Amino acid sequence: MKLNQNEMPVYEALQKMKRERIVPFDVPGHKHGKANPELTEFLGENCMSVDVNSMKMLDNLCHPVSVIKKAQELAADAFGAKNAFFMVGGTTSAVQTMILATCKEGEKIIMPRNVHRSAINALVLSGAIPVYVNPDSDKRLGIALGMSVDEVLKAIKENPDAKAVMVNNPTYYGICSNIRKIVEIAHQHGMKVLADEAHGTHFYFSDRLPVSAMEAGADFASVSMHKSGGSLTQSSILLMGENVNPDYVRQIINLTQTTSGSYLLLSSLDISRKNLALNGNEIFEKVCGLAQYARDEINNIGDYYAYSKEIINGDSIYDFDITKLSVNTFDVGLAGIEVYDLLRDEYDIQIEFGDLDNILAYISVGDREREIERLASALSEIRRRFGKEKSGMMDHEYINPIVCASPKQAFFAEKKSVKIEETQGLICGEFVMCYPPGIPILAPGEMITKEILDYINYAKEKGCFMTGPEDIEIKSLNVVAE
Amino acid sequence: MELWFTECHTSDVKFSIKVNEQLFSVQSDFQRIDVFESKEFGRFLTLDGYMMLTEKDEFIYHEMMVHVPMAVHPCVKNVLVIGAGDGGVVRELVKYPTVENIDMVEIDELVVEVSKKYLPFTSCALDDERVHITYQDGLKYVRACEDKYDLIIVDSTDPFGPGEGLFTKEFYGNCYKALKSDGIIVNQHESPFYKEDALAMQRAHKRIVESFSVSKVYQAHIPTYPSGHWLFGFSSKKYHPTRDFDGMKWDMLGIKTKYYNTRLHTGAFALPNYVEELLRDVE
Repeated sequence: MKLNQNEMPVYEALQKMKRERIVPFDVPGHKHGKANPELTEFLGENCMSVDVNSMKMLDNLCHPVSVIKKAQELAADAFGAKNAFFMVGGTTSAVQTMILATCKEGEKIIMPRNVHRSAINALVLSGAIPVYVNPDSDKRLGIALGMSVDEVLKAIKENPDAKAVMVNNPTYYGICSNIRKIVEIAHQHGMKVLADEAHGTHFYFSDRLPVSAMEAGADFASVSMHKSGGSLTQSSILLMGENVNPDYVRQIINLTQTTSGSYLLLSSLDISRKNLALNGNEIFEKVCGLAQYARDEINNIGDYYAYSKEIINGDSIYDFDITKLSVNTFDVGLAGIEVYDLLRDEYDIQIEFGDLDNILAYISVGDREREIERLASALSEIRRRFGKEKSGMMDHEYINPIVCASPKQAFFAEKKSVKIEETQGLICGEFVMCYPPGIPILAPGEMITKEILDYINYAKEKGCFMTGPEDIEIKSLNVVAE
Repeated sequence: MELWFTECHTSDVKFSIKVNEQLFSVQSDFQRIDVFESKEFGRFLTLDGYMMLTEKDEFIYHEMMVHVPMAVHPCVKNVLVIGAGDGGVVRELVKYPTVENIDMVEIDELVVEVSKKYLPFTSCALDDERVHITYQDGLKYVRACEDKYDLIIVDSTDPFGPGEGLFTKEFYGNCYKALKSDGIIVNQHESPFYKEDALAMQRAHKRIVESFSVSKVYQAHIPTYPSGHWLFGFSSKKYHPTRDFDGMKWDMLGIKTKYYNTRLHTGAFALPNYVEELLRDVE
């Protein structure tokens, strides 16, 4: 890092504004909280006094020239990026921007099938066409993994006109693809690399964790600062590499971004960036230690499997994020979602999510050992009180989707509901997700084939958990009307 | 010059003891530990500013925690004590020749060290050869135990701070697993009097009732605890605290006590109406 990371330009400007006791004859109308005593009582006077509008001394998020610009430069420096933009519409808006900035209507983008919903929604905005890569899946764990380099190369060779390759770095479960290699081959073929780092902020601040997208040479990365970075919910950062024109990207951002960016969010990004730059290594060292302790204790209970680097296979699990506490519940005879509900309803413990075979507990520097003890003890109790014989394992096979219409066309098309057994050959108008392994069977714009219908039946019989369609029992599907 | 120790019993009620001298003060990894000398209550120990025990009234708490379950269970051999770093519970337990082993699990080693140095009246039996001390979070320790103990005594601090995990359903469930099929668990159950304390008491009671088939509450008067009216929980897989209680047998042991006696044993389970109602609300 070249700049003085102790500085916090947005924070300092807000402090200065308060000291100068500026009289507000501008919005917001709550006037530093005075017009809304109940809200001020609830959120605190400090918070309300900095919920202000853009003004000369505070810069403007749409066209930053002073303190926000400086704060973004500091962020770029801290993350090892060429440029950085503060985002106030969540990482979703950062993902949208990456896609809109690289793929125009009708252009192709290569992405793993287990990409986040926000990426497919961004395709609805841009009109780009997805080319899906099979993320390998682990039968034992029941989760989708990363992309193997060969699969990416195959997709690139088959679609030399694609504009970009998208990579999850890491997946929700902490699994990383070989992003360095993917960047290398994508760049050789003139494609940009977009990294969804919604779960990877901490990679930038520790040498014990997988490589970050910027270090790997990616062109864009969407970083959820509010997840492991400590900023407020909805704040995020978009990072860009050498060969990206930031002025064009800013225009794209301004298409959908508010013109009243919240200074609560912006200052939280500024303060969190400083903390990460100065103390990140130490913070994530502690988080790694806590997560490892939790894994050891949970694996000692029996039947639970809290996995870590031992699952690395050199390709579709190229690396693993050891701050993630992912626990497989298959041998306990309980679905992850059941364990998730029991933890909350019986033991007052809220975890991040549960799917069919796994739970994920989010560990941060805010946790202490005593909370880990509670989680481990509650899991031990759930096994003792609710554990069952394990059920049969699901045999998942990846079906290559046939994309007939862009997600945009399918989204805006007239649709009708058709009994599922009569949908063969029609174009699907909605998502069908299947857990495990948590990837879509169908996405809007894809052909419904016999193979897919057979698979849906098989998955239903196996007791898989399916979501997405309007009809939750999946007796009918919305299809694109002719 | 006047020096006073003050604890807020609620945001609007203070309890103060005039202090002659502060003997010790340290911030451990877990909490702040202080020892004071006073004229009225003798030496007293506070953790994070909360009264733990005084030389003058500690006998009430420690006798009621130990002799009530010991007079119900026909033959306690193996005991787990959680918390209790001051040694008061152990001092009462070693009076029983049938007790073969006492595992004491205290999270904060400094509490034991300080007690050994400044509170000899409670820590006097910590060196008994039957006593084995482990410095660990009680929640972690008990997780690994199964069908092992006849009696578990939970002498915890309040349910905020390091003792919080000892008021949870997972902890009571782990204790259930750690007890033998006729095991008993006794825990300090907070006070029913002030609103905040009563809520904590109800939360603890709700969670313990869900874990044990027998869950009763008994009371004692402890002048230096908030409101002076204190409750204890008696839970068991088998024994009822008054129906399965053999007063004659206990009297024959000839154990000398200052507070507990077998008539009081039965009486302690008779609770005021408002307390019964608080308990019923969560049962």
